[in-house]
Amino acid sequence: MTDRPRDDVAVQATGVAKMFRLPTEQVSTLKERFAHPMRRQRFEILRALTDVSFEVGRGEVFGIIGRNGSGKSTLMKCLAGIYRADAGEMWLRGRMAPFIELGVGFNPDLTAHDNVLVNGVMLGLTPDQARERYGSIMEFAELEEFAELKLKNYSSGMNVRLAFSVMVHVDADVLLIDEVLAVGDAAFQQKCYEVLNRARDDGRTILLVTHDMPQVQRFCDRAMLLDRGRVVLIGEPRGVARQYTQLNFASPSERESIVRAHAPSTLEPDGVTILEAWAQNLLGPTTLFEPGERSGVVMRVRFLHAAREPVFVFTIEDERGGRLVMSSERQSHATGEHPAGAEIDIAAIFRNHLPPGRYWVSATVAEPDGGRVLASREIGHSFVVTGSGATGGTMDLPHDFSLTAAPPTQQPAHER
Amino acid sequence: MSAEAHRVRGPTALGDGDLRRFWNLTRTLSATDWKVRFYGSALGYLWSLLRPLMLFGIVYFVFSYVVKAGAGVEDYGVMLLLAMILYFFFSEATVAGVTSMVDRESLLRKVGFPRAVVPLAVALVAAMNLALNLVVLAVFVVASGVQPRWTWLVLPIPLALLLVFSTGVAMLLSALYVPYRDVRPIWEVVLQALFYATPILYPIELLAAHSPTLAKIALCNPIAALIQESRHLLVGAPSLSDALGSTALVAAPLAILVGMTALGFWVFDRMAPRAAEEL
Repeated sequence: MTDRPRDDVAVQATGVAKMFRLPTEQVSTLKERFAHPMRRQRFEILRALTDVSFEVGRGEVFGIIGRNGSGKSTLMKCLAGIYRADAGEMWLRGRMAPFIELGVGFNPDLTAHDNVLVNGVMLGLTPDQARERYGSIMEFAELEEFAELKLKNYSSGMNVRLAFSVMVHVDADVLLIDEVLAVGDAAFQQKCYEVLNRARDDGRTILLVTHDMPQVQRFCDRAMLLDRGRVVLIGEPRGVARQYTQLNFASPSERESIVRAHAPSTLEPDGVTILEAWAQNLLGPTTLFEPGERSGVVMRVRFLHAAREPVFVFTIEDERGGRLVMSSERQSHATGEHPAGAEIDIAAIFRNHLPPGRYWVSATVAEPDGGRVLASREIGHSFVVTGSGATGGTMDLPHDFSLTAAPPTQQPAHER
Repeated sequence: MSAEAHRVRGPTALGDGDLRRFWNLTRTLSATDWKVRFYGSALGYLWSLLRPLMLFGIVYFVFSYVVKAGAGVEDYGVMLLLAMILYFFFSEATVAGVTSMVDRESLLRKVGFPRAVVPLAVALVAAMNLALNLVVLAVFVVASGVQPRWTWLVLPIPLALLLVFSTGVAMLLSALYVPYRDVRPIWEVVLQALFYATPILYPIELLAAHSPTLAKIALCNPIAALIQESRHLLVGAPSLSDALGSTALVAAPLAILVGMTALGFWVFDRMAPRAAEEL
């Protein structure tokens, strides 16, 4: 038994473990039970969480990141009191509102109105409070005109908006948010951030599960990286996000070593350091790109040991998590040999056909031929592509239109 | 913000003992359940009165004038209606109870709340229906000229026991249905059998005349016992102890009632923490 958490701690987990028993042969009817009464059901044990310990301070925004199946959602469900943990201890201060699997458990056969009332009460309001706040919940979700529509007729985006709106209106002290901001349109996302920022300023605590590294870096005070149910790293968001990126690009054996090392020193295992990375145009470093302009992203690398044919990769990520990868491996010319102590700038120059928006860049150095990641770093600042008239596409392809008369139609034989 | 820290212990049947919240949850869930039922029908709530009224009218007509099952029994019609109403309540609460946890899957998988709220809300909806049906019954009672009795004041006791028993069975079934989906068809058959094994359409005297032992066995069924006692209190039919032949024997249906309810709660309590993962 551990002690009660200190006064400034909002969430505390100590040695939390959770296993799932997965039946290898699904026996789900009594008949099968009767037909084979002697056969013990066989289970495969899945360790979803192993010895997870962390503390989140009051008013902190705490990111939880990890690959799919790393135990993020299971941890959230244990904290939310949906699953019972098999071992360990968890403490929460004050009331908690969960937002899990993009919802708060709506009933599709009920109208938005009834769902809001049910879920308001589920999340801790009294029925009277739920009725009182109903108006502002619908207003925040911008769904007033669809109040009497059954939820099965809602689009998934509307569903998420409503659920999120309920969650932020129940005055919880601790918000458990599992992958929400990936959905919804940009305007609503912006609103979510604003309301979460306000919640944080009010001293509420937010646990945020996400795959979106820029989000982690912008929004979280600290972050925790999980891999296969274990805590790899807890620390400032940028370092944790970098580690996550590395885990993502690493081969299974490397992941093992990254996970085992538990320390950021493994970030430069082979003596390559990315000293700096930035975006630039013809005039020099910038955070603004004009459409169609010749643009570049640059990393400054120091080789502590001699290296042959290293691979340099830039990844540009947009606000929705869409990715563009530029790798020197695709280039016909070699990246050459570099003696120990050499410092070089590597730039990827491109004509900017990115649509208007905000972008984040990360730089990576790896061994050739799909080898290990040697170093990885995020650019300190995001850059913005200016201009109006976003097409909503991921790329503004340069193009010309041509209009010509169609040749006389020839019907295919089988249609005749 | 000086909120107290509390331990997260995972889901349980009853939660952390906050009865007010428990009641709020049950009430809200059943209110919406009740609403969904008549959604989109022109007559709406009126149906919950009209349906039993019409159904009872048919049964009353058939069994009083066509089959004449109650020939020579005083107030047969009212007794028949009372029995049907009570049995319908049991059947409604348990049938809806079987699938209740599975029906609320999305809620159970996303929110931590006292799990027993789910079957209790279902029982509460059935109880609301029972209350409406009792209003219909009152109309029949007045119409058939039954004299008011002091024993009517005691009627809430068997009704309350029926409520407890039905809730216990609903909890048992809802918990079993999570891993074993064949509970539903089995229960439908059991209910069907129970309907005929319970003196509803026929008065207990008919069975007793045939075989007194069989009548006693039939009355060990808590539903039958509660119906018999309610009939006694409403129109002066033989009381449960008279029908069983001894007051001591009343302990048998009572023990089954308490035992089943306790079993239901125990099984549900054991299943509740894992419900969300097994759904």
